[in-house]
Amino acid sequence: MARILMKGNEALSEAAIRAGLKAFYGYPITPQNEIPAYMAEHLPLRGGVYLQAESEVAAINMVYGAAGAGARVMTSSSSPGISLKQEGISYIAAAQLPCVIVNVVRNGPGLGGIQPAQGDYFQAVKGGGHGDYRLIVLAPGNVQEMADLTTLAFDLADKWRNPVMILSDGILGQMMEPVEFSENGTLQQLEKPWATTGAVGRKPNIVNTLDIIADKAEKNMQALLAKYDSIKAEEARWQEVGTEDADVILVGYGTSGRVARSAMEMARRQGLKVGLFRPITLWPFPEKRLQELAKSERTFLAVEMSAGQMIEDVRLAVNGVSPVYLSNRLGGMVPTPEDVLAKIHEIVEGRVS
Amino acid sequence: MQTVFQKPEALTDVQMHYCPGCTHGIIHRLVAEAIDSLGIREQAIGVASVGCSVFAYDYFNCDMQQAAHGRAPAVATGIKRVRPDNIVFTYQGDGDLASIGMAEIVHAAARSENITVIFVNNAIYGMTSGQMAPTTLLGQKTATSPRGRTAEEMGYPIKMCELLATLEGPAYLTRVSTHDSRHVLQAGRAIKKAFEMQQQKKGFALVEVLSTCSVNWGMTPVDALKWVEQNMVPYYPLGVYKDVTAKEGN
Amino acid sequence: MPRGEVIINSELCKECSLCVAACPQDVLAIGKTINSKGYHAVEAVAPERCTGCTLCAVMCPDVVLTIKRRSPERK
Repeated sequence: MARILMKGNEALSEAAIRAGLKAFYGYPITPQNEIPAYMAEHLPLRGGVYLQAESEVAAINMVYGAAGAGARVMTSSSSPGISLKQEGISYIAAAQLPCVIVNVVRNGPGLGGIQPAQGDYFQAVKGGGHGDYRLIVLAPGNVQEMADLTTLAFDLADKWRNPVMILSDGILGQMMEPVEFSENGTLQQLEKPWATTGAVGRKPNIVNTLDIIADKAEKNMQALLAKYDSIKAEEARWQEVGTEDADVILVGYGTSGRVARSAMEMARRQGLKVGLFRPITLWPFPEKRLQELAKSERTFLAVEMSAGQMIEDVRLAVNGVSPVYLSNRLGGMVPTPEDVLAKIHEIVEGRVS
Repeated sequence: MQTVFQKPEALTDVQMHYCPGCTHGIIHRLVAEAIDSLGIREQAIGVASVGCSVFAYDYFNCDMQQAAHGRAPAVATGIKRVRPDNIVFTYQGDGDLASIGMAEIVHAAARSENITVIFVNNAIYGMTSGQMAPTTLLGQKTATSPRGRTAEEMGYPIKMCELLATLEGPAYLTRVSTHDSRHVLQAGRAIKKAFEMQQQKKGFALVEVLSTCSVNWGMTPVDALKWVEQNMVPYYPLGVYKDVTAKEGN
Repeated sequence: MPRGEVIINSELCKECSLCVAACPQDVLAIGKTINSKGYHAVEAVAPERCTGCTLCAVMCPDVVLTIKRRSPERK
C-alpha cells in the first residue's frame, strides 16, 4: 500500500473506518472538527453510520447505546467536550463496554484556547469521571501512530471490554506526514454474546451499571480491578532511544515527545549523554521499565505542555531513586528543543532548582 | 373456563418494587402487553432510565440497557442507528425526560428517531422522595416547593406533548391517563400504536401517561387516581397531538 | 355458576385496593390474612358475582390477578 500525505486527524479517521467502525457520534469543537467532517463524508459510504449529536453529552450516551448493542463505535472531542462526557465514560467503563474516545487536547482550564496542550493527562489517566475505573490511554507521537494506534484502540477495546482513549493534541491533529494504512485490525469479528441485539432464542442481555447491594458490588469491583491488573501486565507500550548510557533521560509523549527527541539529538551532538523515554500507553503507564532505568546518578526530565501532570507518574515510578525535573510550557505554548536543551544544561551543570 | 387475562410474557417473574398502587406497574404491563401482541419480544431492546423505574431492566423480559439520567433517548438513538431492525423503546419519568433530559428528547423527536418513548408523568420526583418536577402543577406542594409551586419563583409546568408537537419530526404524540380502567385500556391501545409506528418506520412516537405517586402526594392509591382526573387532566389535556397516519376527515 | 373467576396470587398483592374500587360487581375486598411482605392481600368475597370482565386485573399494578371466563352458552 502506498504512503500518502495526510493530516493527523484524517489519518486517525481513515484508520478507524478501516478497522470496521460502525458508528461515529460527535459534536463540533476546535481543534478536532476534521474528524466529524471526515466521518460525515466517508463513513456512510463505507457501511457505517454518522450522526452529529446535539451535544457531547448526547454523543457519549449514543456511544454507550451502540457499544452495548455490540457495534464498533467512536466519538471525538477536545478538552471541554471531554469534560462533558465524563459521566458517560464512567458508565461505559462500569458496564465494561468497548469504544474509542478521541481527545484532541487544547489548552485549559475553562474555555481556554484552541492551541495544543497536554493538560488533560490527569483527567484521562486518573479518572475524570466518578468511581474506580481506568481507561486504556494511547498517545500517538506522529501521523503514522495516529493511524496505527487507532487500529490498536479498537482491538484493545474489544479484547478487554473497556473504553480506550486516544490522547492527541492540536499539532498532531493538524500536521501532515506520510502514512501507510495496514490491513484491518485483528479482532473485528470478535463475538459479543453479551450485547443487546434482541433476545432471539436466548435469555435477555442486560447492559447495566447500577450495583446497589454493597457486598455484590464489591465483588464486581474486584473483578473489574483484576481486569485492570491484567491490562497493566500485558499492554504497556513505550519507545526508548539512547537510554542505556544516559545521564539524563527525557520523558515526554505526543508532541512533547517529538520536541524531546530533537533536544536529545542536539544534546548528543554536544557530547551530552541524553536519552529519550516516550510512553505510548499513558495507562497502563510503563512504570516497570522506568523503574528499571532509575539510578541514583541519573536524572529524569519530564517535558510537558501542562503544569506538570505526567511528571507525577514518573516520580511514582522512579520512587525517589533519581531526581525528576520539569521542562514545560503552558497556555498553548509549545516547548522548543532549545528550551529543553537549556534545562538539560542546568541539570548537567548542577544549576537546576 | 378460558383464561382471558394473565401476566404477559414480556414481563419477568421478578416482583416489582413500586409502592402499592403505583401506576408504573400498570404501565409496565401495558408495554409488555403491546410487545406480546405484536410478537416483538425477541426484537425489542428497552432503555431504562433513572427514577423509580430504574429497575425496569429486571421487569421487562427483553434485552435492556440502563441509561444515565435523562440520556435514554440518546442511548436509544445510538442503539437504533446500528440496529435499525430491532424495536427500541425508552421508559422515562418526568424528571428524566423533561428536566435533565430535555435536550435529548427534543432532539430525538426533531430527528424523528424511529423509537418509541413511554413518558410517565406524575408531576413529582418519586425515587428521590418527592421533589418538584418540571411537570409539578402550580400550587402543588412538594419537598422543594413546600409552600406550593409559584410561577414567580419556579416558573410554569411544561406540557411535553404540546412542546414536541411544534416539531416536524414526531410521527405520533399522544397523552393518555391511568385514572380509571377505561383510560388504562385506552392507554394500552395508544402504547401499542406507538410500537406499531416503529414497526412501520413512521418515525418518533411518544406516549405521555398521566400517572400517580400516592406516597409523595400523601394520599391513598384510590384517591391519587382521582387527583389525576381532577387536577392533572385539566392542565394536561388528553388526546392525540400528532399522528402522521391519521387520514383527513377521520 | 359465575361467569368469571379471579385467581389471586396473594404473595404479590400490596393492598393498594385499586382492584376493589374497579370491580363493578363488588366481588373483591381486602382480606384479613397478611402475606410475607406484610400486606393484607385482596380476596374474592363474592366470587359468585364475577362476570370475568377483567377490570380488576386491568387496574392491578402488580399482576396479582389472573382472570378466567366461561364462554357464552349457545342455546
